[in-house]
Parts: sequence; C-alpha cells; structure tokens
Amino acid sequence: MSQRKRSKGFGSSQMTDGEDDFIPTQTERRSQDQVNQKVSELVQFLLVKDQKKIPIKRADMLKNVIREYRDAYSEIVNKAGKTLQEVFGLQLVEIDSKRHTYILINNLPCAEGKYLCRDEEKEKMGLLLIILSFIFMKGNSVKDSALWEFLHLLRVYPGRQHQVFGDVRKLVTEEFVRQKYLEITPIPLTDPQEFKYQWGPRAEKEISKKDVLNAVAKIQGKDPTFWSSQYSEAEATR
Amino acid sequence: MAAQMTDAHRRFLQVLMSNGITEGSEARKLHQHCCETDKVYYAHDKLDDFISTINSHLQPLFMQIRKGISEDDGRAHYAVVNLAETEVTKMASDYTEMELELFRKTMDLIILSENGFASSTDILNLADQLKTKKMKKKEAEQVLKVFVEDKWLSEKNGEYTLHTRCIIEMEQYILSNYQDVARKCNICHSLAIQSQVCESCGIGMHLPCVRKYFRGQAEPRCPKCNEFWYCDTPGVSRMGSQTHHRAPLLVVDDAS
Ligand SMILES: [Zn+2]
Ligand SMILES: [Zn+2]
Repeated sequence: MSQRKRSKGFGSSQMTDGEDDFIPTQTERRSQDQVNQKVSELVQFLLVKDQKKIPIKRADMLKNVIREYRDAYSEIVNKAGKTLQEVFGLQLVEIDSKRHTYILINNLPCAEGKYLCRDEEKEKMGLLLIILSFIFMKGNSVKDSALWEFLHLLRVYPGRQHQVFGDVRKLVTEEFVRQKYLEITPIPLTDPQEFKYQWGPRAEKEISKKDVLNAVAKIQGKDPTFWSSQYSEAEATR
Repeated sequence: MAAQMTDAHRRFLQVLMSNGITEGSEARKLHQHCCETDKVYYAHDKLDDFISTINSHLQPLFMQIRKGISEDDGRAHYAVVNLAETEVTKMASDYTEMELELFRKTMDLIILSENGFASSTDILNLADQLKTKKMKKKEAEQVLKVFVEDKWLSEKNGEYTLHTRCIIEMEQYILSNYQDVARKCNICHSLAIQSQVCESCGIGMHLPCVRKYFRGQAEPRCPKCNEFWYCDTPGVSRMGSQTHHRAPLLVVDDAS
C-alpha cells in the first residue's frame, strides 16, 4: 500500500496511523466527516426521489443537498453511488449526459415477482411488461396506432377509466415515459401526427430481453430461437 | 467488523423500503424468500440477526430498520427509519411544504387530543389556516387520503390517528417535541398515542399492553397506584373500537 501525502490542516488531528486510505483531493479543506455527512444526505435524497421513479437532475442534487459543497460534487456523488450499490443493491446511472439526469436502477438479479412491489404497482408493471414485450417482438419500435390496437385486444382502452390503471393513456404516455420506461417520439412528416414507441433507458437497464423473449416463447409454445433476431439481441444484451 | 451484506439483505431492505411498513409475519416470510432467492443461509429464527447485519451497514447513513408495535393489535411491525433528523420535513416522501404543514397540524391535533384521534372535520378546518398557502377543503381531503395511502395516518370512521409507520419513524421526534403531552406506555415504555389512562394517577397504557397485562386477572389494578383499573374485560374485542374511552369507563354499565 502506498503511503499517501497527508494534509496537515483540517481533520488531521483525527488521523491515526492506521488510516492511510485518506485520499487528498481539492476538497482537503473539508473534513471527511463533513463530506460523509453530505454523502448520507444525498443517499437519502436519492432514495426518496426514487420512490416515484422520477429521474433526478444534477441541479436538484446541488440545490437541495450538496449546496456549499459544490466543489466536492463528484466525490460526493461517487461515494453515494458506491453506498447505494453496496447497501441497497441500487445503481446510480446517468441517463442523460447533456441534461445531467440520473435514475436508480435495481441491481439485484430478478426474483419471482411476488415481493417486488405493492399490488397496484405490480399490475402496472404487468401492463408495462406486456407493452415492452410487444415493442421488442415487433423489432424495437412500434407506431402508436399499432400499440393501441394491440392493447384493445387485451381489453385495455385508452379513452376509458380502467379499474386498476385509471386513465390508461395517461399511465402509458406520461407516467411510463416520465419514469423512463418508454420513449415516445413523433414520426416526422406524418399528418395526423404519428408517434413511435421504444424502450426507454430505464427499461434497457432494468429489464432483461432474454426474460421477455423466454416469456413470450413460453406463452406461444415455441422455442426462443424461433425469433432469430430477437434471440441474438437477447443473447447479446444479457 | 460487521457481517457482510449479501443480495438477500439488499433485497429485504429494498422491499421493506418500498412497503413503507411491514408486518412481522410478512417480514419473516420475506426473510425466507430473500435467502432462498439469493441462495444464502436461512434459519427461520435468525431474522433479528439478519436485520442487525443490515442495520450495521445503515448506521453510517443514520438509517435503521426499527421494530415497533401496532397500537391496534399489538403485532410487531418493521420500518426503515431515518435517525438523523426525523422531523416532519424529512418524512420519507416528496410532500410539498403546504402538505407537510397540514401534516404537522394534524399531528398536533392527534397528540393533544384526549384519545389519540382527530376528526376529519377538525383537520379540514385547519386547511384554510395554513401559513404556507391556504388549501381548499377538497384539496385537503385529497391530501389526507394520500397520507393514509402512504401509511402516515390511519383512519377509522372519519377519525384519524398516527399510523404505526409514523409512530415507529417519529417516536423520538414526538417525545422530544411534545415533552409535556406525549405519553409513554407504562408497560412497554414506548410512545403511546392511543392509550387507556388511569384516572387516579394518570399513567397510560396501550390497549394491547393493557390486554396482555391484565390477562386472567379478575380484578385489574393499576400497576402504579393499585387503584381499580376501569375497563372492559381485558381481551374482549369491543375494546379495540373503544379507544376513545381513554378515561376510565365509569359509566360503562349503561347497558346492564
Ligand atoms: Zn405499551
Ligand atoms: Zn393509576
């Protein structure tokens, strides 16, 4: 282990000979305790925001938690990410490097759905999985009209109140999109305007294409290799 | 050095957090489920050890899985709590300032009440006195519904009390901020919101604690002053719904 340079200033009084994992940074003037305090505040902040699965902006982290520790931003975020991983099994992922937005994704291997979430959430996730499977099996992109026709077959209608999902159109086009499970983009030069639906970044990270393909294959009683392009994509991703 | 966390611990923690609060037998099933899913050693009687491993890793974050007892049925419940500064503004959710103010005022009403309950009428009357921003009654009704859904309040026949989750999470805050009014149960020594109170000496006890304490006693007497403890026969289910009879039931023989 290499002996690192030690600061003489702040916090040096607490340093003992055993602690040589102290990494000097430009933020040396802050004690590690102060930084760690910010790390735990950030972890809690991210956990709360994650409950609604809304992406978190860097600006909000700065404004609400990091504040005057702006210069130690990357140290704090990295440490928070490490803690989220080690203690909670969650991974902090930057999904938009231009706007600096982050989400937490579940890093644990998928379990049987039983304990994953509350009942209403579970049903919503069921609908989401159906939509994602449909998109994946149709070659990763579908038009809005095709998706709604498909959902119609399942007796899920956009205009009507569904007893579990409420306003289905809102759930699909707003909530799932905001949570980054779905991405909806207008198709240029269409009149009336048409849209294409694709997997969003959270879906790409959290949901295994292999599981999706296996589930579809099971329902249809075929071997997954029957869908050769989906099969190779699923094998390539996970 | 604390034991290492495994994916089973992480999975257990994730579910506990997403539940908000988990009843004891659910937690035991979940313990087994997590250990089996992640193929780690499972022993049915080791839930406490399993949780203390998680807690040793939560401690540096000022968080903890804490066990509490439901004031309604005396069953154990688990919740993940924030130890750093569990004040109302830190409630593990994304409420607006206005909603938090309504919650704080509701909590005042409940804690200052005789019986641990506040009526919806009284709470809704607060809505247009908020400092942050006045709230319409309709809005306030909606917010109350969310507090119930999120398990901060629980509602019985239009009366609201603090949910077990809230009591587990806020116990320290309430005991230090309502020092003169908040009461501790004489049996289990934790905060008592809904309780029966001895008219002679003023000590309070949770209903489930009363039931347990007086079980099989023909003539219940106050554990502190030894006065006769006026209550329904302990263990009779009627008591559960009669929590508002916090004072000794001197007029209980109206039916006889
Ligand atoms: Zn008690
Ligand atoms: Zn007494």
